[in-house]
Amino acid sequence: MSDLTLRNGTVLAAGKVLPGRQDVVIHDGLVAAIGTDLEAAGEVIDCDGAWVGPGLVDVHTHLREPGQEWKEDIESGSAAAAAGGYTAVVAMPNTDPAIDAGHLARYVQERGRAVGLVDVMAAGCITAGRRGEKLAHLDELWDAGVRLFTDDGDSVADAGLLRRAMEYLAERGGIVSEHCIDAGLAAGGQVHEGEVASRLGMVGVPREAEETIIARDLALVRLTGARYHVQHLSTAGAVALVAAAKAEGLPVTAEATPHHLCFDHGVVAEANPVYKMMPPLREPADVAALRQALRDGIIDLVGTDHAPHAAHEKDVPWEEAPFGVIGLEWAAAVVNTMVGLDQEGFFRVLSSAPARLVGLDGHGDLAVGREANIVVFDPERMADTSRIVSMAPNSPYLGMELRGRVTHTLLRGRLTTRDGEVVQPAGAIG
Amino acid sequence: MRDLLTTEGLSRELLESLLDDGAEFAEVLRRPIPKVPALRGKTVATMFFEPSTRTRLSFERAARALSADILSFSPGTSSLKKGESLKDTVLTIQAMGADLMVVRHTSTGAPWRVAEWTKLPVVNGGDGAHQHPTQALLDSLTLRDRFGSLDGLRIGIVGDIRHSRVARSDIHAFATLGAVVTLVAPPTLLPPDLAGWPVEVSHDLDEVLTELDAVYLLRVQAERGGSSVFPSLPEYRQRFGMTRRRFARLKPDTAVLHPGPMIRGVEIDQEVADDPRCLVLDQVANGVAVRMAVLFQLLGGERDE
Repeated sequence: MSDLTLRNGTVLAAGKVLPGRQDVVIHDGLVAAIGTDLEAAGEVIDCDGAWVGPGLVDVHTHLREPGQEWKEDIESGSAAAAAGGYTAVVAMPNTDPAIDAGHLARYVQERGRAVGLVDVMAAGCITAGRRGEKLAHLDELWDAGVRLFTDDGDSVADAGLLRRAMEYLAERGGIVSEHCIDAGLAAGGQVHEGEVASRLGMVGVPREAEETIIARDLALVRLTGARYHVQHLSTAGAVALVAAAKAEGLPVTAEATPHHLCFDHGVVAEANPVYKMMPPLREPADVAALRQALRDGIIDLVGTDHAPHAAHEKDVPWEEAPFGVIGLEWAAAVVNTMVGLDQEGFFRVLSSAPARLVGLDGHGDLAVGREANIVVFDPERMADTSRIVSMAPNSPYLGMELRGRVTHTLLRGRLTTRDGEVVQPAGAIG
Repeated sequence: MRDLLTTEGLSRELLESLLDDGAEFAEVLRRPIPKVPALRGKTVATMFFEPSTRTRLSFERAARALSADILSFSPGTSSLKKGESLKDTVLTIQAMGADLMVVRHTSTGAPWRVAEWTKLPVVNGGDGAHQHPTQALLDSLTLRDRFGSLDGLRIGIVGDIRHSRVARSDIHAFATLGAVVTLVAPPTLLPPDLAGWPVEVSHDLDEVLTELDAVYLLRVQAERGGSSVFPSLPEYRQRFGMTRRRFARLKPDTAVLHPGPMIRGVEIDQEVADDPRCLVLDQVANGVAVRMAVLFQLLGGERDE
């Protein structure tokens, strides 16, 4: 593999920002040297002071393959990830069929390798077929490399069944991750239960739909000792529950999505289904609480919940549209614009914490001798919100002014994105 | 005015001009030949994606009385059953030569989507539990006919406000026209957040009954499964129904309105429904007149007689 030199970046290595401008020399897919005024090897990319750090890692991506390739597939989703600065993603298992057995997880991961733009780790279901009736093939999934288990799209309604999953996985160190929405409290729900829902006459989803499930799950974590990850926090109350659990010492982590960090329910006023997602956009105070919790480390990381849908599925009246927005391509810019983290904080929530959560050892840390999974992010340039790399059009960020632009992404030393454009690998099985 | 989608934010001036035109058209409708040539050559498409009889008939009667042609669409016999999207359905009807669309849909905001897709004037004939602006116009005209003006009028809206597009439309029109609106319902039938609504709220009909100049009863939407939002229909009648006993306690000139269809014996007793102070049939007649006014204003018709 050819050598590459990233010249004059503001480099974050081993979690610390190095002083001044530094060079990163890559040889054979590994980081060969980091320092000032190094002798360039191979192609030289001038980073001009932009942030250079470990490639971003998303623990919450919907790639839709197998079974829903009209929305997105592993190829198009990988390209969107690379464009967004990601070098690894965890693919959610609510595909068709759902990823509830080892061979299915292997299929997803092998497709990811064949595409070659981003490392794809499969997440597995907690229950067979996501039906909430009996355990999925947890051992097979584990042996295929699955570390994060979730019925994402639904909570496991049966607390007894969830307890068994937690007990079983606690022994192996697996992570139980929940989409926390109580089906009864959220029945028919379309938007946050509040002023906007009331005005539009739409059925609301109260905050308590999320908070009751988190509270229940935390009790089960206390009972079982399982590692537990809360997906897409949306309320100030959910933040408080996670903070209390962490103070108690429970093995709990939590994520926030770019869209919950960016918008409140006010944008729903026109009933444009691009803003329809679950959990719904909440109130300004909730958004402020999520941002603060991310700064404070109560929320550990940003998960995109990149949820692609086809144009015809979203160009319908609100109630008929599916839930979800895409986010891989703008997550970094949203975090940079809306949360106000420094370089260390930025890479903590977007790279090192998510990589550590799921044990992606080659990711989340830029250091000499390690795989060169790297992103170059210019925090001062404006993001490109005029185009979409993903197959899906359901982006709420089009036309927005977001600060921060991914210029280059490297996977094991190879550019997957150069000057903002995705670079297909030579000989990739597209 | 390009479309009529909501009563929220409509100016008093615009509302009153629609009511004035409505009153004139009501007069036309009482003539021996209740028809004017104002919209001759125009085509009104009535696109009702949710079952409806009275509203559709009323719009079609209004269009005919203005000499417009009608393209009538109902989901039961349409390509929607073959999987055609709403977007294709409206673009198809537009291509056939519609000049205006009246849209009713179960989904919030559907008429806004249609207006984006077609660029035609769109009249919201009811979207989800959100808006039904022509209902508010006909209710306002009925109250204006009865009381001369809505200024200072105390109007109680009683019942399932949470699921009611009629209430959401009426509240803004009534308040803009100067009325004082009180919502009366149990908490489960009220929207969860009333911030910014120009209303007062009561959970006790008997407490506010004698202050009201008009009582607007909403239909108990039994199909929404009453059992989960209130205990039973008889209990609803006991607390919120316009029973004979409550009717007798009203001020002597207080009017009773209802958007229909009425469920006699639940929200309204038979004797009240048939009393001359119950204005339900005036509302229906005014419905045709205000819809004529809306079609006339949106299609820029000329009054040539």
